Amino acid sequence: MLGYLTLILVCQLAGEFITGALMLPVPGPVLGMVFLLVFLMLRGHVPERLDQTADGLLRSMSLLFVPAGTGVILHFQLLGEALLPLGLALVVSTLVTIAVTGLLMQWLGTGEGAEKGDG
Amino acid sequence: MDSLQDTWVYLSASPLFHLTLTLAAFQLASALFEKMGRNPLLNPVLGAVLVVVAVLVLTETDYGTYFEGAQFVHFLLGPATVALAVPLYRQWQRVRRSALAIAVSLLAGSLTAILSAVLVAWLLGGSEAVLASLAPKSVTAPVAMGIAEKLGGLPSLTAVLVIVTGILGAMLGPKVLDMMGVVDWRARGLAIGTASHGIGTARALQVNETAGAFSGLAMGLNALATALLLPMIWGGVVWLLGS
Repeated sequence: MLGYLTLILVCQLAGEFITGALMLPVPGPVLGMVFLLVFLMLRGHVPERLDQTADGLLRSMSLLFVPAGTGVILHFQLLGEALLPLGLALVVSTLVTIAVTGLLMQWLGTGEGAEKGDG
Repeated sequence: MDSLQDTWVYLSASPLFHLTLTLAAFQLASALFEKMGRNPLLNPVLGAVLVVVAVLVLTETDYGTYFEGAQFVHFLLGPATVALAVPLYRQWQRVRRSALAIAVSLLAGSLTAILSAVLVAWLLGGSEAVLASLAPKSVTAPVAMGIAEKLGGLPSLTAVLVIVTGILGAMLGPKVLDMMGVVDWRARGLAIGTASHGIGTARALQVNETAGAFSGLAMGLNALATALLLPMIWGGVVWLLGS
């Protein structure tokens, strides 16, 4: 458990270091995800302990956004001033983006690999 | 009685209190979410944020003090992002088979996210600084803040807009996809991840592993696409809108 948590941190650290040093336009943890993916490809399977560690982190991933979300209290005034343009822009854009991306992917990706369900 | 009061004053400013508050608020919001049949509109992130904000306002606590405790939770965002490699690896064959469809859909989604948000805010009279803060809102926070700064926006405003976008995507996304007849889990995940980054991905992971893997992939790819594309097209966008 601890070993694989260390591996995850090492991947993140390497990602942060490389994106910082080369000024890459991706966040360090995203590059770290690529490193862990490469590790898994080299291993050829997901070690059980790594699976448990990753599952523990991902199962409660929603919780991890609460501190950043609470940062909204820093901007009550600014948000109040531009509430209509910002609020409507976010709602419309989010709905349209999800519809366009989902429809296009379903249409282009028909055939192999499709897996259907609802929820 | 005095010692009770003193102890409370001491504890209410301690990291332990705010860490506990964060977890308890999330438990409460999750319990409500489960009890109401996992209705996406009762998004647990939104519920927990509302509870925490209410407590901070009532106790007149500033965000910096709160964050001293909450940072332990916040820190785990990085490792959780790295851990997304595990579901992605499990879906890798499927990702490779639909690589072209993913690339085209993601690019279209990325541009839609930027242009639709900027257009609506411009029509409603948003200032150029507001438009620049809004443009990268579908991308994970650290990247979005960096882009906003480059475009002349306000990075801290962008951070808030990113979080709200994530919550909106997790709340409204499943309904929109149902209405549009998008039943393919890959397409559902890709759409949620492109529009609403990690918060959407966290929600997608709870529903279906395929959707979660494609959502995590879309989150990473859209961070890259927006970071490369948006600074290139921004001059043209501003010129077109004549602002």
